[in-house]
Amino acid sequence: MFPRSRNGGARAREPRPVRAPCLLLVLVVLSAALVGCGGQQRKLVYWASNQGSSTAQDQQVLRAELARFTARTGIPVEIEVISWNDLLNRILGAATSGTGPDVVNVGNTWSASLQATGAFVPFDAAAMDRLGGRGRFLEAAMSSTGVPGRPPAAVPLYGTSYAVFYDKRRFREAGITAPPRDWAEFLAVARKLTDPAHDRFGLTVPGASYTENAHFAFLFGVQHGAHFVDQQGHTRFTSPAAVAAVQRYVELMSCQHVVRPDDAEVSSVPEAAGDFTSGRAAMLIAQNSALPPILDSDMPAEDVGVFPLPLPNPLPPGGNPVRTHVGGSNVAVLRDSPRRAEAMELVRFLTSRRTQVDLNRAYGSLPVVKDAYDDPAFSTGNAAVFGRLLAQESAPVPMIPDESRFETTVGAGVRDLFARAAMGQRVDREQVREALADAEQQMRGAGGS
Amino acid sequence: MAVLHQRRSRAWTAPYLLLAPALVFELLVHVVPMLGGLWMSFRELNQFFLRSWVSAPPAGLGNYRFAVDFDGAVGAELLRSFSVTAAFSLLTVVFSFGLGLGAALLLQRPFRGRFLVRGLFLVPYALPIYTAAMIWKFMLDRSDGVVNAALSGAGLGGGNFWLLGGNAFLSLVVTAVWRLWPFAFLALTAGMQSVPGDLYDAAECDGAGPWQRFRFITLPVLRPVAQVLALVLFLWTFNDFNLPYMLFDQSVPSAANLVSVHVYQSSFLTWNFGLGSAMSTLLLLFLLAVVLLFLAATSWRRRAS
Repeated sequence: MFPRSRNGGARAREPRPVRAPCLLLVLVVLSAALVGCGGQQRKLVYWASNQGSSTAQDQQVLRAELARFTARTGIPVEIEVISWNDLLNRILGAATSGTGPDVVNVGNTWSASLQATGAFVPFDAAAMDRLGGRGRFLEAAMSSTGVPGRPPAAVPLYGTSYAVFYDKRRFREAGITAPPRDWAEFLAVARKLTDPAHDRFGLTVPGASYTENAHFAFLFGVQHGAHFVDQQGHTRFTSPAAVAAVQRYVELMSCQHVVRPDDAEVSSVPEAAGDFTSGRAAMLIAQNSALPPILDSDMPAEDVGVFPLPLPNPLPPGGNPVRTHVGGSNVAVLRDSPRRAEAMELVRFLTSRRTQVDLNRAYGSLPVVKDAYDDPAFSTGNAAVFGRLLAQESAPVPMIPDESRFETTVGAGVRDLFARAAMGQRVDREQVREALADAEQQMRGAGGS
Repeated sequence: MAVLHQRRSRAWTAPYLLLAPALVFELLVHVVPMLGGLWMSFRELNQFFLRSWVSAPPAGLGNYRFAVDFDGAVGAELLRSFSVTAAFSLLTVVFSFGLGLGAALLLQRPFRGRFLVRGLFLVPYALPIYTAAMIWKFMLDRSDGVVNAALSGAGLGGGNFWLLGGNAFLSLVVTAVWRLWPFAFLALTAGMQSVPGDLYDAAECDGAGPWQRFRFITLPVLRPVAQVLALVLFLWTFNDFNLPYMLFDQSVPSAANLVSVHVYQSSFLTWNFGLGSAMSTLLLLFLLAVVLLFLAATSWRRRAS
């Protein structure tokens, strides 16, 4: 196979012991490469989600906080903060290979999907008791931890809810004295604040973000009495109520013209928040996780106001007065972790009152345990609005194993509707129905029901 | 006699032994994952079997049947994505090749500053792809992008959405060509180095014009390089994932939905790894067929000549 010299005479003079060095070389190379694979870690490995304005800031906050844990328990923790874009793929990799972190943060909407993998330790009654009992946690936060009726595969860690951020200065300049109370007033205010000639708009939405789009489709759907996924787990994307809900959202751009057409290209909340803080848009519907980037900007903090998302008045038949989905992050323990007891100890620490107060203050998110709410940071100001919304006016996204598929299909459908609207094409009931029918076909086609 | 035989066998095994580490890693890095993907494509691998993926139930040809059922939503999407990718690859290869050839020809004759121009031409290829894609993303932005600003400055309109709808395809091709043509330029420049200079001199003495010199000297010498280049460019563009993924984030418009992004979205975002693997395998088979056809055609032509 290898071209060899035809000169047979030379072969006789070849050095004899050729194989031993070769073998040795081969072994050295292979063993050197494989040595890197071994080695047992002694530290507890914790993958944290990005909650603050940057992973570097998160790393600092967590390191300071977890120093207390290490000092108290003697368990060193290795923290890795992972951006939301990579987190799910990293977790899937860890779940598949059985190696990786001991403790991970997960987006709470993934809970049911991740629960189905069986890669996480279920928090049964005994485990919950060690955390202070199920009753210690906000009911709303607990509703987004897995399929109802089964021991959750994760416990709540940070809470978020949707509300409308508004620019108090723009409101004053336009002579608007009170935040709008219902949807019609909301639209009127948004129209009043819109002046396309000066590149001023009433509202900004991340129209190219499929997750945000899916959240809004779900939220507006609840208000219209639409269930994208019914009790039996069947998809119902094209019910008249679902179509009306999505249409109401997309019409903000297509028909009401209170959203910049360019928002159809905006693919993340921080990007939309940038349009809000620069004064381009007077309002932004976002979760409180948008607070850190907003407060980091040049916008004066006293100009940032928050009011609950207004509801249609009267509510469409069958609709529910829900103003936010249950947002936030949960924390889970990998079943393959060789240090389960220590991992559970870390979860207990993270959900303790003091840690909840510290971390949620640093990140602008909400505690998930009731006893942390007596802290003034959460009982006053903007945080109180978000907290009340999460506790009292929220609904969890469908806790089904195919939830992520619901987000991708419906979210992408809404994104395409925004793109149509931006390019000046018609977006009425028929187009919305078609987009949702398409999404439903894909959801069903890909194995959903 | 026995000693001679033994010695001969030693000499024979040495190269294989030396190759063994590389072979082991080639197996580990390429072949085993590929076989793993193939295995997955015959399984119903979703979130329910992620942890104990070895026990995922067999799906037979179900995933494949699903992927090529062009009446269903999944198959239709795949077919659309496939045709978008084919058009994208074809355009990108043709334009990259054309630009590369043009530039290589222009820079064939030495002149002052040739070195500098050559370096400048290579910049897009030397730039990390992430940086390049982000810069294009900013430039193509509707309201703040330089493309629209330039267009409206020149009185040619502006205010277009370059990253939405049908325009997204155009943006993708332009960005890909911008990024790839320096490679074509580099390969063809290298190929032209092997043209003996006196051949041109001789041809010029015989009265050959620039076109004839190109047609009868440059092109035949370049042929083997050009063939391989075209194949490589095609494989790269057909498999391109980074560019669309970075240009459009996770919301790739269907006009720019290249097949590798499509496969990623139908497996990673929807947790349907069996189906994604089946699509990948189909893609692999298609590319394999293209390569084999290409090799057959080129070797046939070589034998014929």
